[in-house]
Amino acid sequence: MPENTPQNTGGSPVVGTARVKRGMAEMLKGGVIMDVVDAEQAKIAEDAGAVAVMALERVPADIRAQGGVARMSDPDMIQGIIDAVSIPVMAKARIGHFVEARILQALGVDYVDESEVLTPADYSNHIDKWSFTVPFVCGATNLGEALRRITEGAAMIRSKGEAGTGDVSNATTHMRKIRQEIRRLSSLPADELYVAAKELQAPYELVKEVAESGKLPVVLFTAGGIATPADAAMMMQLGAEGVFVGSGIFKSGNPAQRAAAIVKATTFHDDPDVLAKVSRGLGEAMVGINVDEIPQPHRLAERGW
Amino acid sequence: MSGTPVIGVLALQGDVREHVAALTAAGAQSVPVRRPRELEAVDGLVIPGGESTTMSRLVDVFELREPIDKRIVGGMPVYGSCAGMIMLATEVLDGRPDQRGFDGISMTVRRNAFGRQVDSFEAPVTITGIAGDPFHAVFIRAPWVERVGEGVQVLGQVADGPSAGRIVAVRQGNLLATSFHPELTGDARLHRYFVDLVRATA
Repeated sequence: MPENTPQNTGGSPVVGTARVKRGMAEMLKGGVIMDVVDAEQAKIAEDAGAVAVMALERVPADIRAQGGVARMSDPDMIQGIIDAVSIPVMAKARIGHFVEARILQALGVDYVDESEVLTPADYSNHIDKWSFTVPFVCGATNLGEALRRITEGAAMIRSKGEAGTGDVSNATTHMRKIRQEIRRLSSLPADELYVAAKELQAPYELVKEVAESGKLPVVLFTAGGIATPADAAMMMQLGAEGVFVGSGIFKSGNPAQRAAAIVKATTFHDDPDVLAKVSRGLGEAMVGINVDEIPQPHRLAERGW
Repeated sequence: MSGTPVIGVLALQGDVREHVAALTAAGAQSVPVRRPRELEAVDGLVIPGGESTTMSRLVDVFELREPIDKRIVGGMPVYGSCAGMIMLATEVLDGRPDQRGFDGISMTVRRNAFGRQVDSFEAPVTITGIAGDPFHAVFIRAPWVERVGEGVQVLGQVADGPSAGRIVAVRQGNLLATSFHPELTGDARLHRYFVDLVRATA
């Protein structure tokens, strides 16, 4: 951990430690975090049992449809959402945009998502997240990417999936890939971890920690394309510790009911009877786009390095 | 009781795994509880950290409220950390209007009392009845206890800083609650205290 990270030395209270940042994500486990664009949607999400909301100006499906540069949301809109709900509020900053992140911290958001869904502000560097009191969540498509984000100070990881599509296939690929690479690390003899670290482009100490514990040192959620209770449940069975739902809820026919159903499905992800029950009568799911049909340059998951 | 007590962790949402590990380290057999019939099989229950509004909803949806209230009245020991403390409080401030806890500890708890996540902190807390160094307590968007009713014992308060004196650990009979998360620090003393309580009750 870098020197600019607060450490608890006993004595008086200390804020912004790695433990309170990572611990916050532990408390979200088994829960659903929902994208919302205004206070009204935030209340619907809270009523449905969301563990947190993600405040953003446009859901990914609209960003995709409308194009243009996608940036941090308007502070008034974020404040409106903070005032409207009692659950944690997250908000997105552009990759590498450390000033947007400072603004979000000053607004009192509970988690910053350094997100590929927005247009990147830096095509080489991500934000140095250790220097913030507010914790960060970052997307990853594979283990190396996850470990690089953790090295930069991310306190929570989410698989990227392909946001705004309603197509869960990329989220599946990313979850499977991350878990598979962790299992592979755990099976390696100690003297092969050095090369593994080189290949993952991640620090040896962190690679060793993952190899020994068999898991990331931070919570792993899933995101990107989740549109139905069954999608959420499948991702949980694939090893996600919780679910982000973006466009899937408020681009559907009956957001309140769908939101509540996805919450229940996430808790009872391994119980087909409950899943069958909650999947009934939800109305139209979001229409969706097949990831295959999206031209390479428009794929969000490929942002971040 | 002889043998190993079986202690459930309410597994609707939150840091269930950490509590299961801490209870196991403290000498109990620990199982997740999501259904009424799973509740019947346990000698004690832990309500984990998490989001109390979410838990409160899911407790109703999955018909656990009445069975848990019944067990509490019957004397089953329950320990709640953070959101679990809120779930055990008879009165909650700054909660959702429809938020309901169990028929638990006679106290008023203020939700997110220390502030938002940027105010979350670590600090030492001494717990009455637990020997050794103060707890290295981790507070995450934590509640505090604003008022305790008759028969509620205050076990711990914040020692220092802007919130000095705030009540963060209480016990009433077989019910135990902390604002902070001993399950995150690898210090199993509080879980051992609870396991002993379950042993003495069963």
